[in-house]
Amino acid sequence: MTNSTSQAEIVRQSLKRRYRKERRFRAYGITAIALAITALVVLFSDIISKGHTGFLKTTVTLEVTFDPEIMYLEDATDPAQIRNADYLAPLMAALKREFPEVSGRSGERALKGLLNSYSSSEVKDLVVANPAVMGTTQTLTFVASDDVDVFVKHRDDSSYSLKLTEEQQAWTLALMERGVIDTSFNDVFFTHGDSRDPGHAGVLGAIVGSLLTMAVTLLLSFPIGVAAAIYLEEFAPQNRLTDFIEVNINNLAAVPSIIFGLLGLAIFINLFGMPRSVPVVGGLVLMLMTLPTIIISSRAAIKSVPPSIREAAEGIGASKMQVVLHHVLPLAMPGMLTGSIIGMAQALGETAPLLLIGMVAFIVDVPDGFFSSATVLPVQIFLWAGSPELGFIERASAAIMVLLTFLISMNALAIWLRKRLERRW
Amino acid sequence: MSTLNTSITTDTAQRETTTQDAVSMAKEKPAEAAIEYGKTVGTPFADDAKFCLRDVEVFYGDTQAIKGISLDIARNEVIAFIGPSGCGKSTFLRCLNRMNDSIDICRVKGRLELDGQDLYDPKRDVVELRARVGMVFQKPNPFPKSIYDNVAYGPRIHGLANRKSELDDIVEDSLRKAGLWNEVKDRLDAPATGMSGGQQQRLCIARTIAVSPEVVLMDEPCSALDPIATAKVEELIAELSQSYTIIIVTHSMQQAARVSHRTAYFHLGHLVEVNDTDKVFTAPEHELTESYITGRFG
Amino acid sequence: MQPANLLPLIVVLVIIAFVLGYARSRALAAPLGGIKHLKSLPFYYAARAAMWCGLPALLVLACWLGFEGKVIQTLVVGSLPAELQPDSAGKASLVLSQITNVASGALSADFVPPAIVEASTRLTNLQQSSQLMMTLLVVCIAVLGGFLAWLRIAPHVNARVKFETTLRRIFFACAGLAILTTVGIVFSVIFETVRFFGKVPMTEFLFGTSWSPQTAIRADQVGSEGAFGMIPLFVGTLLISAIAMVVAVPVGLMSAIYLAEYASPRMRGIVKPLLEMLAGVPTVVYGFFAALTVAPFISGLAAALGLQASAESALAAGLVMGVMIIPFVSSLSDDVINAVPQSLRDGSLALGATQSETVKKVIFPAALPGIMGGILLAVSRAIGETMIVVMAAGLAANLTANPLDSVTTVTVQIVTLLVGDQEFDSAKTLAAFALGMLLFIVTLALNILALHVVRKYREQYD
Repeated sequence: MTNSTSQAEIVRQSLKRRYRKERRFRAYGITAIALAITALVVLFSDIISKGHTGFLKTTVTLEVTFDPEIMYLEDATDPAQIRNADYLAPLMAALKREFPEVSGRSGERALKGLLNSYSSSEVKDLVVANPAVMGTTQTLTFVASDDVDVFVKHRDDSSYSLKLTEEQQAWTLALMERGVIDTSFNDVFFTHGDSRDPGHAGVLGAIVGSLLTMAVTLLLSFPIGVAAAIYLEEFAPQNRLTDFIEVNINNLAAVPSIIFGLLGLAIFINLFGMPRSVPVVGGLVLMLMTLPTIIISSRAAIKSVPPSIREAAEGIGASKMQVVLHHVLPLAMPGMLTGSIIGMAQALGETAPLLLIGMVAFIVDVPDGFFSSATVLPVQIFLWAGSPELGFIERASAAIMVLLTFLISMNALAIWLRKRLERRW
Repeated sequence: MSTLNTSITTDTAQRETTTQDAVSMAKEKPAEAAIEYGKTVGTPFADDAKFCLRDVEVFYGDTQAIKGISLDIARNEVIAFIGPSGCGKSTFLRCLNRMNDSIDICRVKGRLELDGQDLYDPKRDVVELRARVGMVFQKPNPFPKSIYDNVAYGPRIHGLANRKSELDDIVEDSLRKAGLWNEVKDRLDAPATGMSGGQQQRLCIARTIAVSPEVVLMDEPCSALDPIATAKVEELIAELSQSYTIIIVTHSMQQAARVSHRTAYFHLGHLVEVNDTDKVFTAPEHELTESYITGRFG
Repeated sequence: MQPANLLPLIVVLVIIAFVLGYARSRALAAPLGGIKHLKSLPFYYAARAAMWCGLPALLVLACWLGFEGKVIQTLVVGSLPAELQPDSAGKASLVLSQITNVASGALSADFVPPAIVEASTRLTNLQQSSQLMMTLLVVCIAVLGGFLAWLRIAPHVNARVKFETTLRRIFFACAGLAILTTVGIVFSVIFETVRFFGKVPMTEFLFGTSWSPQTAIRADQVGSEGAFGMIPLFVGTLLISAIAMVVAVPVGLMSAIYLAEYASPRMRGIVKPLLEMLAGVPTVVYGFFAALTVAPFISGLAAALGLQASAESALAAGLVMGVMIIPFVSSLSDDVINAVPQSLRDGSLALGATQSETVKKVIFPAALPGIMGGILLAVSRAIGETMIVVMAAGLAANLTANPLDSVTTVTVQIVTLLVGDQEFDSAKTLAAFALGMLLFIVTLALNILALHVVRKYREQYD
């Protein structure tokens, strides 16, 4: 070719420019991945930095003397009087012993700010349960007030606005040195339900609520999903009805979750008159929501079983149902389980539909059954995230960590299952 | 099916299995005693060499697919690579424009020179190399674009045309050379995927020669075509041999006999014999070549 | 008996039916000379007995549980004296909640009329007797069903075929649940929407540019029902979704291209799970992040630049939503890009194209329809996303395109209108269902379109 040398020359000259473009394109790709991973890292570190202190509680340990006199008790043996006694007084007395110099109404009010408003009722419960403590001195540990808690945990962090006055801050520091104020592992967080006070709020109620809801979801969606997948893969005739079912499943998988909440509200609650805020209704709604996911992944698992297995079983005279139940189902089970666990993880993190069916109520008690009012972990996070108190924000972050731990373990389980039981054909 | 021709596949997973196939094929067949390593009978060397290849070895991971091949390919000759499935002829072909680069586990050793320049020199530019050494694949692979855009693709990326009219000329010229101009001149804007298989393959050839390469590699270009389309492509090859060096891998001995000047017989990664095509098919020197062309295996 | 305890009881009954059925089929087979003289294996006779024991009982239980609440409510409300009879659905729900609260002890009996207290006792009694009746009925049906099936065990009956037929029907019913769900969704929004359009003209809803359902202060106030023009909500939704797509599409697409075309298997092995992790984070966590970290950061940043930014800017919600959608876009694009045949890559590379030229000029155009389908699905997801916007976007229905302003979305309004105490007949509550209908139609249209585009694309390369 006569001009091929000159063409080779043209190609050579264009190379520099083209490789610059190539490098730029690669850089875009790397930047995109870096951005995505940065977002992930920022998200996780933000949650952890906000929430790790939620696993600690600040406590105040006081020598409380139950002096009937300051408690306005005339007869320390009369249960009625004990019920109505002043329980703040002995606490304040104990605090004042730490700071004898404090006097006056404003000083006392400032001191009182160190105590949790729930402390006096805790003392009351103790005394009512055990009137013998009257007149004695007890060493009692209380959860500190939210403001003290924030100050103790975040006094070096300028991004937190501290509500304690400088005087109160000085007292708190002094009490910390004396060991009166201390931090320890926040067991309350794991043993209590919700509360109006961050120091007394915990995730146990929400976790139990989530478990009950998930139990309903799993018990219904796994068998139904697997059965539907078997029908569609193995038995469904090629007709319009089958096509329609498939179109429905594919579309339901992409319907916004909140629509399922509307469905739950209109059908389960308004039409059937089921109670609001209960795990059964939540579970039913989430079941409908996860069903498409489970059906789709189960179908994929059934599809991956090679036809030779089916033919082998049919060849020795097994009925279609026997082929499915004896051969296809056991072989497809790992895939089905994996898909279901992933579907359950989605359901566990779901919030929006549950808001509509009333699982957003303030519930202190740990739910004790499928029909008792409950909330779930993500909704609890939503509720706390909306409160103005810093203590609740911290607990919301801590609850997120608990939720993510559950989700990551479920996904790890799914991966492990897949690795463990996966069969290569 | 020969080793790497199967790499016309749909996804990464399959891309990987392709190499595994090649690996397993090479593993299954132990070398026979009749072949001496690196030894080729016939006339592997030429004076006016376009490609000068010495002691070429190709590995897939730990498995050796090409076993010490030395060969010269002359300017403006048509050389056919023949041999049974899995003999390494396609692997060897793909070394010549470094299409093996995209396979991670593939390593090439030995001296491979094009016009006296090392092909595998780290400084060697693979883009420039491929502009000089074009390739036509087993299955026609037109881009899902118009006929015009398919042919214009190469000149456009290389900046070979300054004006639209120049580009038009290149496209027309290439389509004419590929014998396709009269069939498609009225529908240059039609999608290339709507053409017949034979037309698609000739379009791919037009696309390749639109960048004016010096060498055209053809990897079983007719295996997916019917006899009539095959005849047309073979005619085209004969015509192109006026201006290009053509290396063709083929499964069909008749095709090799019809189109090539020299024929190279590959066996289990060895280059057993290279001779003038007439000689190979009438009086092969090596007994393995004879067994193959007489149809004792294949 | 509690339904939760009733279930294990049914299971026990089913097991008993199975065991007895098995025993009987063997006993019947023994005089004939062994089980090979039965039409089916003993297992199938037993399974059939178990099925007849469990299935009707479970169905009755489900129906009872479904309708029990409504029936009792109607009975209780119906028995109230005339002056307390609610005249609207809103009043009815109020009275009902009073009664249930008294019954559960949440509301002291001192604060309500004696008739309500009486009603609450009736409620408690009815609930108790309902549970008792339910338990008796379910157990009776289970025992009867099991017994009849047990009686019908006979050597000539082909139990396997009958069992399999029933099982297949059950499987079909499970698959049909998908249709039922769709029908349920349509019905649950359509009735309330029709009622809503009875109060607010459809044209006002569809074309009105002002949304303020909460404005009614006095009943006689002009426009006491508030304004129900959905345009600002729709624009707000689109604004936030658009911001999200601006983040998610380039990042997701470029990550997918890099992972599919450039990355080593090792890098793919690390990056893909990380991206999947981003997809697994619950939306409430993203909402928390958007509301408490990103939104303050953006308003701070805007203030530093001398711009006015709302504390609940559309930008914050949109950015975080974009991050949430990145893995969605990238995994869908990844599938699509990998479906482009390798032969096209080879063809382009063999002509001397660089890798980026191959991607830009061959792979991307070839994959474009599939990528568009994926993006449509992502848009549908952004439009339907709820928690991020509930937590990070505002409630003010501003009609604006400024990303630093606060906007509200369709989903935010649905949640706001339906969470907390509702009057069931007010335009406010019904509006939520109308919005739900709108959301359902829009996302459904997007999904159908997207699935269609993706399927057409797949057919092209199959």
